[in-house]
Amino acid sequence: MRRAAWAILRRDLSAMLRGGAVLPIVFFLAVAMLFPLSVGPAPALLARTGGGVIWVAAVLAAILPVPSLIAPDLEAGCFDQWALRGLSEEAIVTLRLAAHWLSFAPALMLASLPAGALLGLDGVMLGRVELSLALGTPGLAALGVTVAAVTAGVRGGAALAGLLVIPLAVPVLIFGAGSLAPGGASGLALTAAASLVLCALAPFAGGAAVRGGRA
Amino acid sequence: MQASGLTARELYCRRGERLLFAGVDLRLAHGGALRVIGPNGSGKTSLLRMLAGLLAPWPTGGPPGTVEWQGSVALLDDRLALDAAMPLEQALRFWADLDEVGADALAGNCARLVLTDLLDVPVRYLSAGQKKRAALARLLGQGAGNWLLDEPLNGLDAQGIALVEGVIAEHRTGGGTCVVATHQPIDLPGAAVLDLGAMSPAV
Repeated sequence: MRRAAWAILRRDLSAMLRGGAVLPIVFFLAVAMLFPLSVGPAPALLARTGGGVIWVAAVLAAILPVPSLIAPDLEAGCFDQWALRGLSEEAIVTLRLAAHWLSFAPALMLASLPAGALLGLDGVMLGRVELSLALGTPGLAALGVTVAAVTAGVRGGAALAGLLVIPLAVPVLIFGAGSLAPGGASGLALTAAASLVLCALAPFAGGAAVRGGRA
Repeated sequence: MQASGLTARELYCRRGERLLFAGVDLRLAHGGALRVIGPNGSGKTSLLRMLAGLLAPWPTGGPPGTVEWQGSVALLDDRLALDAAMPLEQALRFWADLDEVGADALAGNCARLVLTDLLDVPVRYLSAGQKKRAALARLLGQGAGNWLLDEPLNGLDAQGIALVEGVIAEHRTGGGTCVVATHQPIDLPGAAVLDLGAMSPAV
């Protein structure tokens, strides 16, 4: 079982890295670059809003891969083959969640360093941004996988997925960006809590969605 | 050889408003084969998916439909479950890892299905017949005692058809069972025949 899990995680991750994991990061950096150009380079303004901009860019970047998370494997019949081998949909969705997080979150946190520099964030603020992203991105990944599973069999599911993730990501965004304010420790705790809840629900909601799509 | 055998009782299938088949009872033992025939839309694929456990039997209110297998079950349908962007060898390697098939056994299966020259070709560039043989290589690697084959001859040339018939015969000689749904003629010696077109209750 462990061998199967490892094989699936490796395959998922390599498929995601090959299938354009760079694009969300480029997108993320582009937002961080365009923002100072559009509002002007006033350091005080940028320092106050920069952290929030990074968070908005992170949410949007996390949405980009959603249409390719579940639908292609469902169409290719992979989920049926896994079911015949006794691998539950919940287990597969859990592995997919881990692979999705690994494919975008570490790179996103790394890209936050140049993005922070572009937005003129100081070291303390950048540290807070990194911490809040570390706690919030698992929640974003869980949302992405869940919505991907729900919209997988639906015509026009790709567009629907983006629309569905945005409102659902609002709590994570509010807590995550809120934690950047001075004394935002409670925001960090809430971000972590929201992520935990989303990660705990995603395998069951996603697994049920995949099974339900079969009938 | 793995255990094999099938007992299915009281299978009903309804798609939308139509009852496709009703009260299907099946029994297959060691080395047995069943050929499912019927016109398009008569429920051949639905029956195979039901036998695979991917589709629940329609509840009629009477005794619930049951499907019981001895041993494991493998399914071959028109969906490859192979990564289209990957070279064939890598795509098969993934399933071989899951099924704990060694490199030699995988190479042997590929040679058996005349895929050896295609191993470095991305799956999406394969022709329909080549894809069918690739999916069959995946099926062989699973080493299941029971096979469910949905239109296994689609896209195959005469040689490919003979190849598939040979592989099925070998599987049955080894004690495996096989359910084949096809509208094409296929050489299945001693196979029972289930005609879904004839038993469709109300069309």
